[in-house]
Amino acid sequence: MSTLHTVNKSPFEKTSLDACLAHATAGSNVLLIEDGVYAATKGTAVEQRVKQALDSVKLYVLGPDLVARGLSDDRVIDGISVVDYAGFVDLAAENDKVQAWL
Amino acid sequence: MSETIKQFLYLNRKAPYGTIYAWESLEVVLIGAAFDQDVSLAFVDDGVYQLTKGQDTAGIGMKNFSPTYAALGDYEVKKIFVEKESLEERGLSLDDLQHLVWEDEDDDYAEKDSIKLVSRDEMAAIMDGADVVFSF
Amino acid sequence: MKFAIQVNEGPYQHQASDSAYFFTKAALEKGHEIFRVFFYHDGVNNSTNLTTPPQDDRNIVERWAELAEQHNLDMVVCVAAAQRRGIVDEGEAKRNGKDATNIREPFRISGLGQLVEAAIQSDRLVVFGD
Repeated sequence: MSTLHTVNKSPFEKTSLDACLAHATAGSNVLLIEDGVYAATKGTAVEQRVKQALDSVKLYVLGPDLVARGLSDDRVIDGISVVDYAGFVDLAAENDKVQAWL
Repeated sequence: MSETIKQFLYLNRKAPYGTIYAWESLEVVLIGAAFDQDVSLAFVDDGVYQLTKGQDTAGIGMKNFSPTYAALGDYEVKKIFVEKESLEERGLSLDDLQHLVWEDEDDDYAEKDSIKLVSRDEMAAIMDGADVVFSF
Repeated sequence: MKFAIQVNEGPYQHQASDSAYFFTKAALEKGHEIFRVFFYHDGVNNSTNLTTPPQDDRNIVERWAELAEQHNLDMVVCVAAAQRRGIVDEGEAKRNGKDATNIREPFRISGLGQLVEAAIQSDRLVVFGD
């Protein structure tokens, strides 16, 4: 079953992203929201891990949460798609379920 | 209205007492048991701390809700998956957890273990198979 | 498609309620149905009509209430969580001997079964929390 995983924690404070990526099966979709969006930016200590994850899962980041935090699209790691709330809804509808890593 | 049975997965990733999530999510499980869905509980990351035995909250003035887990079998909640890696990362083993059982009516009310230790990959497959995931 | 939304955090302290609001609004704009929004844990605090944020800030409680009024949303506050945190409607005030109520209609207080039912009846459950 296809799953949309959501992660809303900074990877520098909580282990939610790691836990999510360790359980998201190949072909899953992962959406970074709220403080989770920091994981989507280039040049961080977790960039390599995020890039590796792109080999098996598709990663998305919520644009309004990026912009709110002063992060422009060009700071986002290549291969991660920026979506708005409408895109979030589409992802939730397209996948069979949504699993939040709170 | 169709009466399809869904695979419910309650995802527990938080330790008890520091926050109320563990206790209030257990309340959902107890209420949800009346709805005759196919229920599984997953204990991952700090969620495994919920199941440790010997909890005594007298000194912190909170209700000790850990005995409630032992009642889950009476609510027909029989599938309690605990992730092995999460236990090991925390220096715990199955022996540190409560022994949770359910009675099998079809087998002369034999007591059977509710907790199943699963690997991270097995846990990922369990999550994959769920129709609905409750996160708290 | 039918969505159920679960909100686990109160207003202002955490972004969860804001995220849930914008998701719900976007889903409605796309023509989806919101079967129910269920407020649990500190999320019950999203329903108090005693909230008075500064004028230059959003009013999270009013915003939810207005969206619900526009779209006839069913917004349910968990009774057990509400009792713990002092969210009271007339029925609860009577039952528990309280001399005031503070729930902003159309939020309504009901049991946890409403969350489970929403998960059964909806195509998707989307959870927002900490």
